[in-house]
Amino acid sequence: MKKNDRIFLSIVFGILLVIAAVFYLTGKSNGAKVQITVDGVLYGTYSLDENQEIPIETDGVITNILIIKDGMADMTEADCPDKLCVHQRAISKTGETIVCLPNKVVVEVLGSEESELDSVAK
Amino acid sequence: MEVKKVSWIRLRNKVAYLGIFLALALICSYVESLIPFYFGIPGVKLGLTNVVIVLLLYCVGTKEAFCVSVLRIVLAGFLFGNMFSILYSLAGGVLSFLVMVLLKRTGKFSVLPVSVSGGIFHNIGQIAVAALVVENYNIFYYLPVLLIAGFVTGFLIGIAAKETIVRVGDRF
Repeated sequence: MKKNDRIFLSIVFGILLVIAAVFYLTGKSNGAKVQITVDGVLYGTYSLDENQEIPIETDGVITNILIIKDGMADMTEADCPDKLCVHQRAISKTGETIVCLPNKVVVEVLGSEESELDSVAK
Repeated sequence: MEVKKVSWIRLRNKVAYLGIFLALALICSYVESLIPFYFGIPGVKLGLTNVVIVLLLYCVGTKEAFCVSVLRIVLAGFLFGNMFSILYSLAGGVLSFLVMVLLKRTGKFSVLPVSVSGGIFHNIGQIAVAALVVENYNIFYYLPVLLIAGFVTGFLIGIAAKETIVRVGDRF
């Protein structure tokens, strides 16, 4: 490895670590509810406190099933072939998301009302 | 010590050879689609095909590498993926290719940093398209993980590409 390469790689890796640290060390609190959007349109908001099963329908067809259990939201069914959202681990922290790209479904964890105001004020 | 090696691509049948490299890239895609590689984060992949693309970029030319890269993405999308995976990969592939070419043009760096940048920008391109498709920008939450994943996979692919170029690079 040339000297240039080593410097370049160290700097890039350093920058990535800083980005990751800033991203994950700031404001990673337990969320209060999940918000589901389909194709950018709000589908519904559900509390993380109660265990429930949420079928997500598009045009009358159930495309995904989201299960909330013990404060964690997990996608358990999807009718798309790749099933990336199903393989993804359950989410519970503010800002975490599960995305089902083929169905354009986004599940996002939100904080309680107060912390939302905080994030707006920031 | 005069060993006469056969030049592969400087011959007149360049198209045929690029076809073979396209096939090789497609096989890499196929092998990769067989490996279940889930980290709990969608979209993390090894990017095996990039070995072929980097090899072509260094040993044949920018235009040829670009053609093979784009054709590979479209064909692999039809074979193993869907419309979304084409859109995704195309954004990642083109962006990472541009960055790799620019970095290579500076002439200051060897294969490894070029491949690492390619890996990182591949993931940036993909997540940008994903955010546009679902119209939700919070999926950038995964960006740091994807960046680091891009760094690591780019590094591994860079080592593989470098060794390949050392061994067969003088045959082009």
